[in-house]
This record gives sequence, C-alpha cells and structure tokens, in this order.
Amino acid sequence: MVMEIVCPAGTPASLRAAVTAGAHTIYCGFADETNARNFPGLNFDRSEMHEGIAFAHARGAKVLVAINTFPRAGDEALWHRAVADAESCGADAVILADLGLLDHAARHHPGLRRHLSVQAAASNADALNFYADTFGVKRVVLPRVLSVPEIAAINAETDVETEVFVYGGLCVMAEGRCSLSSYATGRSPNMNGVCSPASHVEYHDEGGVLDARLGGYTIHRVGKDQPAPYPTLCKGCFSAGDKTGHLFEDPVSLNAEQLIPQLQKAGVTALKIEGRQRSRSYVAQVVRNFRAAVDALDAGLPMPEGMLARLSEGQAMTTGAYKKTWR
Amino acid sequence: MSPPPGQIPQFPAVLATAFRAAPLAPLSLSLTMFSRGIARRHPALFRRLGEYSHTRFVLDPTDLPFVIVLDPNGGAPRVTLMRGQGDGAARIAGPLAALLGLVHGAFDGDALFFSRDLVVEGDTSAALALRNAIDDSELDLSEEITRYCGPMKGPLQKFFTRIEHYSGVSLTRAEEGLAW
Repeated sequence: MVMEIVCPAGTPASLRAAVTAGAHTIYCGFADETNARNFPGLNFDRSEMHEGIAFAHARGAKVLVAINTFPRAGDEALWHRAVADAESCGADAVILADLGLLDHAARHHPGLRRHLSVQAAASNADALNFYADTFGVKRVVLPRVLSVPEIAAINAETDVETEVFVYGGLCVMAEGRCSLSSYATGRSPNMNGVCSPASHVEYHDEGGVLDARLGGYTIHRVGKDQPAPYPTLCKGCFSAGDKTGHLFEDPVSLNAEQLIPQLQKAGVTALKIEGRQRSRSYVAQVVRNFRAAVDALDAGLPMPEGMLARLSEGQAMTTGAYKKTWR
Repeated sequence: MSPPPGQIPQFPAVLATAFRAAPLAPLSLSLTMFSRGIARRHPALFRRLGEYSHTRFVLDPTDLPFVIVLDPNGGAPRVTLMRGQGDGAARIAGPLAALLGLVHGAFDGDALFFSRDLVVEGDTSAALALRNAIDDSELDLSEEITRYCGPMKGPLQKFFTRIEHYSGVSLTRAEEGLAW
C-alpha cells in the first residue's frame, strides 16, 4: 500500500497546487489563533475552506483541518466553533492537541475523525493508546525527536495510525511546550499559533551583512552570500564566553526522503510535509518530489534523488533525530 | 524556465540605463490604471492583505534605477515609480526577475530569502501579508496586459512566452511545480 503524503496548504491556491501535484491529503487551518500557522495573509475563511475541501474531494484527495493550538481560558468558544465549522465544511478529520478540545470534539462531533497534533508531543505507545482509548483518536503525528527504531517500537504496541514529518522546518524542542518564542515576543505557537511572529521580526541588511532581530534581540547575523535562516530562537547563533555557535540546532531543514523505506518498515502510515507558510511553488515542488518517492517505493524501485536543497532553510538539510547518533 | 537553480537573471544593464532618464510620472499613471484593473478582477488579493490593505510597500527591483511604491489603498491601488529609496512601511528588494517570479508562483519567497536573492526590511508582517496575498491570487501579468490588446492578444501572448523562454524571466503564471 502506498504511504500517504500529507501536504501543507496556507492558501486556497496552495491547496489546489498540492492536489494537482498529487497529494493524497492536505492539511490547512482557519485564519485565526486556532491553528499553529497563524501568519498574516495566510489560511482560510469558512467559504474558502468549504470550496477547498470540495475541490480536493472532487479529485480524490482528503483535507484535514488543523485546530492545534491550546484554547485560552474563557475563549474556548473560538476553538469549539472551529471544530464545528470544520465538520460542516466537510473536513475528513481535525488535527487537535488540547485535551479539553479533544474531549469536546469526541462528545459533540463523534462522527468527525480526530487526529492528534504533533503539538501534543505524544512520544510513547502508552500516550498514543491513552488518546485512542479516551478520545477515539485514529492517528497521531509523532514529534520530531524520535529515532526510527523508537517509532518502530511505538507502532509495535499500538493500533493507532502514525504520521511523521519527512520534510520542512525542523522543530527541535518539546512541541507544544516550547516557550522560546514567548520569552522574546510574548507570543507563542502554542497559544497564538505563531512561532517568532513576523510582527516582532526585523531584518537589517547593511553592506550585505544581514541581522535578524526577534523582539529586539539579535538572534543571528550572516555575512554576504551566506544562506539566511528563519528568525527562530532555536536556530539562533549565540555567543557565550569565547564561543559563538548554534546552541540548539543548526539552521537546516528536515529531509527524511531517503529514510522512507525504513519508516514504512517501522509501521508509519503517513508522511507529513511541513510548510503552510510557504508558497504554492514550494508546495507543488515538494509534493511532486515525495509523491514520486512513495510511488517508487510501492513499485519496488530505488528512491529517486531529490532536488530540494534550494527550498531548505539555510539551504542545508538533515535527517534530524531519525538518525541522530548523539541521542 | 531556463535559469539554473540559484541564478536569477539580471535585467540588462544597457536597458536599465535607459530608464535613468525616462519620465516616471506617465509610467506611474499607467501602472496605477493597470493595477486597478487587477484589483477589480482579483478582489480577494486585497481582502487577504487584511490590516495591511492601506500599508505602503516599497518594491525595489535592484537591477533597475527606480523603486515601485505600492499603496494598496483598500483596493484602489496607487503605484508610483521613484528614484532613490522610496518611502513605505516595508521594503522588498531583489532582481526584477525574482519579484516577477514571486508574482507568477515560479519562485518560493522563503527560498529566495534563504539564498539572499530577496531582502525584506521594515514591517516584516506587512511584507509577509503581501507575499501571501499575491501568491494566493495566481496572477498572470502577461494575461493582464494582453486582455487590453484586442486582436493582438494572441501574438503578444506568444511574444511574452518566447521572451520568457529565452530570458529565463517568469512573465506568465507558472505551471505548478515546474519552475522554482
């Protein structure tokens, strides 16, 4: 069976590009704080979501709606409305992270399939089984801190489908618990749907030297002709004592394309591509690349060589924790 | 698209020099009328700008001797060509071919940023909103131009396609995923 490619769409145009390029499934979100890519000019209003889902369904693709931030006390209605609207728009599933919201969805929308977001950071079989038994979760997106053998160990002890990231921005912290962005800006992916919000980012290019500041703090400086990274603290370059370097992680993108056969053997159902903030050009290119890879795997052919370096943060790629030896 | 990845075509320096003495006022007026036609046909572009639909943007084609100041003006855009830095809340700078490639969905904005082909300064949030709104609008500037050309539409469209092929500059909406 062909592994499922789950692709991002930040706009209706990207959704159409993903479907046209061969995505099996697209994930997207409403234009508010209920999803973890709440960036200016991105996401879907209700009528766009309805039309996007109809477009995908007409071409045999599924649409998952990410409602994967954590509701603020007193404001739960916004998140509850998002779940109800996802169902009425015809979503194939919702991707949730918060326990309360999972409970709400299970009670009030029992016919709506529930996936667990990576933001819930469920990283062992007991956690997956708890979400499945308690809230009827059918699929879990695993955090990007697990090795392939650890993923295989999880799948051996659960019937819940697992989905793993194979390409795109690499979140190296405990997802759903990272507060780095909050420290610098007061806003976080967990509560507001924005890591390093653009409203707090400033770039200064002087003589080809690019400074990136987040909330007033300089987090990296790159010389002329050096690739630029995203302005996230986890990829920042810091000086301490007489040493300067990337404290948490180098500015690179995850690319686990060549590990797809191993991930399939480890029992993974679906392969997720990060990048709802990216353009339709990115979506189409990455989808074609990964669709070709899973089709080749299904046909017993070798993995094709990808051409994704230029699309990668810092123009560099890593297999992340999947093959990390220091762990 | 013919340019190899990582190499954005530059506007020919000789032709760029010709713009040094060109009167910018009539060009600005023409571009304002042109952009208002686009606004009428693509109202979603301005809706998607949201709170930035009255923000002035400086678009700086670094291989041309002027900047383009775009004021979306809530859906009745004004375009002004200026020599010098221009004045706006956000500045997006790069070779003309990079800016056109973004409009046509041939290039990914983040990838151009990573490779340093694109520079963003000022209000990053506004710049992001503009980029996302334009990407979603699936514009085809050659189509927008030729719609006013009556019987010349077909030949002119072919002319644009040919120039695009030889120059490597994106002049029409990209086929999804073929060019980046």
